[in-house]
Amino acid sequence: MRPFEQVVAEHGATVLRVCRAVAGPDHADDAWSETFLAAMRAYPDLPAETNVQAWLVTIARRKSIDTHRARSRTHPTDQVPERPSTHGQPGGWERDLWEAIGDLPAKQQSAVVYHHVAGLPHAEVAALLGGTPAAARRAAADGIARLRRTYLEEVR
Amino acid sequence: MSASTAPSAHHAAREFTPLPAQHEPRHLSPLTALPALTALPTLTTPDDDAHLRDLHTRLVREAEEHGQLDVAYRTVSSAVGDLLLAATPAGVVRVAFAQEDFDVVLTELAARLSPRVLAAPRRLDAAARQLEEYFAGSRRRFDVPIDLTLAAGFRRQVLQTLQTLPTIAYGRTASYAEVARAAGSERAVRAVGSACATNPVPVLVPCHRVVRSDGTFGGYRGGVEAKRLLLGLEGVTA
Repeated sequence: MRPFEQVVAEHGATVLRVCRAVAGPDHADDAWSETFLAAMRAYPDLPAETNVQAWLVTIARRKSIDTHRARSRTHPTDQVPERPSTHGQPGGWERDLWEAIGDLPAKQQSAVVYHHVAGLPHAEVAALLGGTPAAARRAAADGIARLRRTYLEEVR
Repeated sequence: MSASTAPSAHHAAREFTPLPAQHEPRHLSPLTALPALTALPTLTTPDDDAHLRDLHTRLVREAEEHGQLDVAYRTVSSAVGDLLLAATPAGVVRVAFAQEDFDVVLTELAARLSPRVLAAPRRLDAAARQLEEYFAGSRRRFDVPIDLTLAAGFRRQVLQTLQTLPTIAYGRTASYAEVARAAGSERAVRAVGSACATNPVPVLVPCHRVVRSDGTFGGYRGGVEAKRLLLGLEGVTA
């Protein structure tokens, strides 16, 4: 089993992208830390054949969603609560876009994040979501289409 | 709006010119259809490397707090080349010479101790500082906790003997036979040799002060040159 340091070095940037996409810029760091702490705890018992990147990305998405839940505890709802206006580009990247990704329905969000953000092939995404690679591809495409609508509407 | 000019054109549009719906591209692939999404696969910022270093530092701190940092490591430079230092919560568990290949050493530590290994300099600050002082000639004995987990049985006994034997304090040497006797096994001269050859914490546990009965230096995990240099530093010449 490789030293955990190598896992962090190899996948740290991918996990950060996933956390930014799902948790939003303000909570990405917390989600990243939670992800690697949880992964490090479980790491010694990880089966040898595990795809480490896919494993980390699923933890990252779950921890990122948890940061939403922690914030919305006072408003029990399926919808992510409204967040403050975030015009401009803090950190130099598309803050609103990542918030729009955070607001996608769960399956589309998973497919978009796993495929477009984390770079997993559709077959890997299908293994994580259940269902066929074709269904995973469709969910990613639907997610992108929805982003195109919601995000560009916001821009307008 | 073309993908290549996405960021600037997009922001100009968003502030000054509402984008008419009929201009929304409909026949492009999803990624190019939404210009800003061309950045999706990278989603990086120029300062990400620095940011990831900060996150790494935070991970080290929190892993330590949660008691899950089983092996911390760092490197230090020295007169005998770069040294890798690794520590468990109990103490320094490994000192490795560059010729041993640090990646190989870390992989061994992951296999033999725990894969929960992080580059975490702070746990080794004291050991690094004392080594620096030693190589500068201003320190004659080390005062950091040592974890001898990686040595078992008689080998471990030999290393414990080396830690305490007054006759091989700084600047002095002892023969393999003398160490065997001190470790309680007069005839185990060869075993003392292999205990020294496999010492997981060289320099800190001074196996370099164990020499052949004829006064020649004998072998060393860090190479004979390193042994000669360490003994020379301590004022011993063959």
